[in-house]
Amino acid sequence: MSDAILSLSDVTKQFGSLLASDSVTLDLRPGEIHALIGPNGAGKSTLIKQIAGEIKSDRGDIHFNGQNINALDAVARSRMGLARTFQVSSLMPEFSVLQNVMLARQSVSGKVFRFFKPVLGDKSLVEPAMAQLERVGLADRAQMRAADISHGERRQLEMAVALALEPKAFLLDEPMAGMGPEGSKRLTGFLDGLRGQAPILLVEHDMDAVFALADRISVLVYGRIIATGTVDEIRGNDDVKRAYLGEEA
Amino acid sequence: MTMNREFLINSILAIALIAVPLIALGMDEPFIITLATKVAIFAMAGVGLNLVLGYGGLVSFGHAAFFGIGGYAAGILASHALNYEPIMESPFLIEGTTQMIVIWIVALIVSALVALVIGAITLRTSGVYFIMITLAFAQMIYYFAISWPAYGGEDGLSIYVRNGFPGINTLDPISFFALCAVMLAIAMVFSAVLIRSRFGLALQGARQNPQRMTAVGIAPFRIRLVAFVISAMITALAGALYADLNRFVSPTMLSWHMSGEIMVFVILGGVGRLFGPLAGAALYIILEHLLGGVWEFWQLPLGVLLLLVVLFARGGLVGVLAGERKHV
Repeated sequence: MSDAILSLSDVTKQFGSLLASDSVTLDLRPGEIHALIGPNGAGKSTLIKQIAGEIKSDRGDIHFNGQNINALDAVARSRMGLARTFQVSSLMPEFSVLQNVMLARQSVSGKVFRFFKPVLGDKSLVEPAMAQLERVGLADRAQMRAADISHGERRQLEMAVALALEPKAFLLDEPMAGMGPEGSKRLTGFLDGLRGQAPILLVEHDMDAVFALADRISVLVYGRIIATGTVDEIRGNDDVKRAYLGEEA
Repeated sequence: MTMNREFLINSILAIALIAVPLIALGMDEPFIITLATKVAIFAMAGVGLNLVLGYGGLVSFGHAAFFGIGGYAAGILASHALNYEPIMESPFLIEGTTQMIVIWIVALIVSALVALVIGAITLRTSGVYFIMITLAFAQMIYYFAISWPAYGGEDGLSIYVRNGFPGINTLDPISFFALCAVMLAIAMVFSAVLIRSRFGLALQGARQNPQRMTAVGIAPFRIRLVAFVISAMITALAGALYADLNRFVSPTMLSWHMSGEIMVFVILGGVGRLFGPLAGAALYIILEHLLGGVWEFWQLPLGVLLLLVVLFARGGLVGVLAGERKHV
């Protein structure tokens, strides 16, 4: 526990009579991919929002990088190094692909209130942003409007923006959503190499990807974690089979 | 190619703004010079509003407050100077002035402070609430001006002699026009530089997707607040010039009609376009004086035009002429 980068204990959120997250205890260790799986409506996205600081938890503690971040808002958490991607791509549609990534670089540089220097000529932003686009394979789309690129490319751009934040942990909310098999495969390979840079909390429905990538898996059902373990442990767990895998198999 | 076309249209607008009063000077038509001056001043007020409305996506319905603050800065300082009454004698002496530069500095400082307070409260809301609360603040200032007898209350305040600027005879219509046109140009260049800067990128980002802004660690609120203050200052400067143009300032400058008019300049000309406010203000003044002379209800076709722009041509006049839709 002590060496975890991100740890949740007893995190709870209730919407009316619906318990979206119920005493969730979970941790993310250096160098690992921790997959969070569960049926639709299990509360995975809500949990990501609670970790990112977009939703305030009713109860429980979230520690990040050794610090209790309960009181910090989403902006502060992002600045501490918690980078998230969205289930439905959330980008700046009118900006170019490059500008989308530059905005993240601007945040990392800590110098947003600069009024006179033209941003597109600012090498300290353009170059690292281009580097991230090259990593995700979008360099040739840099000048296109984010609204005009394909769905799969928007998913890649989401990743590039997260990478540009140079985070200490990634929160990836269904990065494969809507991607074709080919794209999923490529992204799986990419994420595999990413765990060395920062650990990943991965919410994903694509079970092939999850089983290929995850060091550990936690299963969320009706807001509760019913099991946490390695891929083999989860595959062999009867509760999980009943509650989740059984439905699909 | 569309970029080039917009550049061409912008150039025509700029040349027309300068050429029309020069021709009027040759034909000895000072009234037309005054109209062109009005266009330059209204365009400048619009340039201020466009920063938040166009680039920031914040529909402020209270910019008359800043326009009026600029106007009253000119009126109040001039009236004290002309009556030889200091504004304040203790603890230290503050006297009025008829120097535009001093008036502008006062207008900038006061409008910035007021915008900081109004923005800090209103920017916590969004959408219709933001529109209504900015309107409410502007109306508060409007009623304050009406009920404050020291500076004319409802009747307003006359500036008997137009305030001065070093090296220029401001009472000469073409000289005063030149001063206003230069101020407009400065405001537009400043605005153009601003929107291309890091700050500008963040401001436009906050309009498109505040959720994404937050996720990359930039708080939209602070960006918007700074934009709101800068926007108010530009509009206030326009207000100070407007008071000097008319040599008169009254609560009308603070009223919600004025807020609406500034908004009309921006929307008519092209929201989020550098030359939009100039195109809009020019069209407004032309309509007002061509139609207004012959028909009492000249605002009716204006309303229809505005409706058409909002429904079918979001890029406004500049957008239609440039044949490009910038905002989706």
